[in-house]
This record gives sequence, structure tokens and C-alpha cells, in this order.
Amino acid sequence: MTSNDETKPTHSPADIPDDWFKWKDKDLDAAETVSRPSLSYWKDAWKRLRKNKLAMAGLVFLIILGILATIGPILSPYSVVDQNRPNQFLPPSAEHWFGTDSLGRDVFTRTWYGARISLFVGLMAALIDFFVGVIYGGISGYKGGRTDSVMMRIIEILYGLPYLLVVILLLVVMGPSLTTIIIALSVTGWVGMARIVRGQVLQIKNFEFVLASKSFGTKTPRIIRKNLLPNTMGPIIVQMTLTVPNAIFAEAFLSFLGLGIQSPYASWGVMANDALGAILSGYWWTLFFPAFFISFTMFAFNVLGDGLQDALDPKLRE
Amino acid sequence: MLRYILKRFTIMLVTIWIIVTLTFVLMVTLPGSPLNEERTTNETVQANLEEHYNLDEPYYIQYLLYIKSIITFDFGPSIKQPTETVNDLLGRGFPISFELGIATIIVAVISGIVLGIFAALKHNGIIDYMAMTIAVLGISIPNFVLATLLIQTFAVYLGILPAATWSSPMHMIMPTIALATGPMAIIARLTRSTMLEVLTQDYIKMARAKGLKPWKIIIKHALKNALMPVVTIMGTLLAGILTGTFVIEQIFGIPGMGKYFVESINQRDYPVIMGTTVFYSAFLIIMLFLVDIAYGLLDPRIKLHKKGGE
Repeated sequence: MTSNDETKPTHSPADIPDDWFKWKDKDLDAAETVSRPSLSYWKDAWKRLRKNKLAMAGLVFLIILGILATIGPILSPYSVVDQNRPNQFLPPSAEHWFGTDSLGRDVFTRTWYGARISLFVGLMAALIDFFVGVIYGGISGYKGGRTDSVMMRIIEILYGLPYLLVVILLLVVMGPSLTTIIIALSVTGWVGMARIVRGQVLQIKNFEFVLASKSFGTKTPRIIRKNLLPNTMGPIIVQMTLTVPNAIFAEAFLSFLGLGIQSPYASWGVMANDALGAILSGYWWTLFFPAFFISFTMFAFNVLGDGLQDALDPKLRE
Repeated sequence: MLRYILKRFTIMLVTIWIIVTLTFVLMVTLPGSPLNEERTTNETVQANLEEHYNLDEPYYIQYLLYIKSIITFDFGPSIKQPTETVNDLLGRGFPISFELGIATIIVAVISGIVLGIFAALKHNGIIDYMAMTIAVLGISIPNFVLATLLIQTFAVYLGILPAATWSSPMHMIMPTIALATGPMAIIARLTRSTMLEVLTQDYIKMARAKGLKPWKIIIKHALKNALMPVVTIMGTLLAGILTGTFVIEQIFGIPGMGKYFVESINQRDYPVIMGTTVFYSAFLIIMLFLVDIAYGLLDPRIKLHKKGGE
């Protein structure tokens, strides 16, 4: 531009020439580029979750617990089952960090071994719930009509069965072991998951993008896998996070009734049960450590589940 | 409404039938069951079993007679105590468990709702955080851990509460607290979140604009609607409390049904296990049905919804 006083006299006070005005960064393309990386649903959720301190604390606790459950029993010089009568009820010390129990077994080793069992039971129960629940709920929600109403009637009936009573009944008959506990917990446990998946699928299958996908001739299994499932993942993950502590509690509860993992092998429930008589005599550590870890693991899963719920479904919040 | 009740009623019957059939199938078919092997040494017991389960009849007759015995409220004999029947145990144990259950429900519902209301009114304040921390802790600490903690503190160290048995109101305090904390926490969380939702509604603003006293708004207008979800989860909570009594009665040495049930599990007294399971399941399923009906009566939307669609 040249300075031409006569063409635009009114724009500015007369004494400021036009060439005083310059383009800063005259790069119009730059304005169109997205300056920050676009956030996917998951990244966005992760960002929100990271702001939730309690949920993050829960996540960190669970990661550390997972690591200790893996390496804890290996690190310790004691074995889970070795009894050492003269050493019974030793208080926590440099040699036995968490003390010893009524049979002189090292509580530290048993606590991490128990963590393995409890976490394994919890995770397996959640995984089985996931597979059965997603398939059942997915079919029920997607097919709709008669299929759906028949499948939902079945769910309503199963939902009415008292969960722990059925589990107790099955375990009494099958005999308690790690496998039978997981089976018994899964027999009716998937019902909640199936309900959630069905509800989500019912809603999402009517959205336009599913219709678009259908009009391209996409086959049903692919629609379920590519369109419906990813969009129901949020509630599914939340439900799984909340299934784990329930299963851990159920396992501890069953051990308490004598239907859990059988002594001498350890689970937190078995340890707590063994410790019952001992705490009245003041051997608090035999109960404290398993009880502390059961409670904190459940606490961690619960706050993580709550946090995930808020993070994965921002609409729910306010 | 009638259709809704009928539908619920049918589902209830089918669920009870499934439990009854399940126990029968497990009893008859599985190896190691006392019925299909001559394991029992006691002759009285064997005679009792044969008489109750009609072991000389074919399976389908056995099955029909088994169903008949359950309808007539006859749950069969015990193996371990030849002179006792499941009915005797139920008659002795159930009233005590019932007392514990009722005390637990009253404590859990009242304290849970109060906690939830305070948390909602002081939303994001210190009381809210404290109440919600209590609530999450209450959900996370298993009742048997809490029970032992309570015994340790109040019976062993402080010595102000009796640790065992069930003979006076003082004895009821610790078991009730141990059992009520979990349900209380769930009710508190639920009440809080629905209260928060209800408090933003226009009719609450309206009530406030009319100059009603705050407590009156809460009790007359907000609470009524905030309690609906609490009604819906009552069934689940009842199931939790009932199974909780097994452990709590065991720990506190309360001679209720739960204690007999746990003993029968430890002694593998199958008829008692099966009989108690059927009785408790039927009890819970009927409760669930009543809760559903109560919900249908309380929430007018259910009626319209059911008439319109489905």
C-alpha cells in the first residue's frame, strides 16, 4: 500500500499515515491450522480423570498394589504355607515386616499372596461379566422386538435371585476352590452388565451414523463392533470398575464362611477369618493388614469408578 | 396398575420356582449329596431323610412332593441333629435375625437420609466432603472388618459394650452399627445426588419465593421426591443386610438364623443349607416384589408408562 491521504481520510486521525499499520504475521493459512492436537474421546476423558485427585490416588494405589502382588511373594524369603510354630504371633519387626500369624507364617508374604488371589478373582469376575454381559445385552438391545422382550424377562427373573445365596449354594455343591468361586460369582453377576449394555445399544442404534453405516451395506456384526460397542464403552468400563470390588468383597465374605480359598493358601478373607480369635488376645497385626488392604482396595476401585463415571460421561456432571 | 402388579407377581413366582428347582436338582443329582449315597450313619436321620424326600419314589414324584413340602412350609430334617428340623431352627433363629435386620434397616435409612440431606444442603462444603468420605469408607470397609474393629475398640480396649450374645439393647448396638454402615453409606450417596437434582427444580424456587421455611421446603417438597430412588434400591439393600447377618451373627455369637446357616455350611448339613436357602430366597424375592409394588404406587409415572408402552 502506498500512502494516499485523500482516499481514506476519515479512518484515522489525519496525522497517522496508513503505512504505520502493518499485518502482524501475515500468514492466513496459519490461522486455519489447529494449534492444539485434537482430543479424542479417550484423551479428553483421561484429562478430566487426571484432575480428579481422589480417583488418581486410587489408580496409583491399585498400580502399586498390582506390582506388589506380582513381586511381593517372590521378594520375601518366607513361603506362604511354611509353618513355624515357635515363631507364632511375632509382632511386626525387621525380619517379619507385618509380623507372623497363629501358625508362625509370615503375614507380609501372605498379604501379597492374598492380593494376588483377591485381584485375580476380581478381575476374572469383571472380565467374564464383560464378555457375557456385552454379548447378551448387545444382542438383546440390537435385535429388539420379541427377542428383546424374551431376553429381558429372563434377565428380570435372574435379577431377582439373591446373588450371594446362589453363590453360597453353588459353592456348597461344587466345593470351594479358586475356579469354582469365579464360576459361582459369574453365574448371575453378568446380569447388571447386560442391562447396561442393552440400554446403551437401544439408544445408540437409532442414531444417524448407524443408519448411515447400514445404508452402506455394513453387516450387523461389524456395526455392533465398530459403531455400537465403542460408544457404549464408557458405561461398560465404569461398571467393570465397580464389579471388581464387589467380587473382592464376595470372595472375602465367602472365605469368611469357610467357602473361599482353602487354608493354608491365603486370600485376604481367609487371613481375616483366621485372625478373628487372635485379635481378642491383642495380636492386632494378624487382622490389621488383610483388613486394611481389603478396605483400601475396595475404596480405590470405588473412587476410581466414580472418577471414571464423571470423566467418561461429562453430561452427567451438573 | 393391576397389569403391572400381575406381571411382577408372575416374575416373582418364576424366580422362586427357579430357586426351588435349583436346590432340588443340586440335591438329587450331585455326587456327595446325602440323598443319593448311603453315607449317613445315623438311622434316625436316614429315616427322616427318606420320609421327607420320598427317596423310594421316582424323581418326578420326588420333585412334586418337594415342591408341595415347600408350599406347605416344611423345609425338611437336619442331618447333624437328628431330632431337629429346619423349621425348628427357623422358628428359633429367625425372630432374632429379624430383630437385627429391622434395627439395621431403621438405623441405616434414618442416618443415611439425614447424612445425604446435610451433604446436599452444604454442597461442596466441609460437611459435604466429610459425609461423602464417610459414605465411600462405609461402602469400602467390609462389615466383618468393621465388626472386629468395633469389638476391638469398644469391648476389648474401652470395655463399655458387651462383645457377644443378644440379650439386652446394649448387646444390639455393635452388631447393628456393623451391619448398618454399608447400607447407610449407599443411601447417603443416593439421597445426596437426588437431593442436589431436586433442589434445582422450579417448584423448590417457587416454594422458597412463597416464603416457606427452609426445613419445611426440605421435608414437604424436596425429600418426597428425593426418596424415590431410595425405595428402588431397598430390595438390593435388604439382600445385602440379610447375607450380612450370616457373618455378623457369627462374629458376635448371636443365636440367629445366620449363625445356624453358617454352622450348617461348615458341617455340610445339606438339608439345612438347602432349606434355609429356599426360605431366605423366597423371603427376599417376596420383599423385592413388595418394594416394586410400593414403587409403583408411589411414583405415578410408572402407571402411565406401563399403560402407554411396553
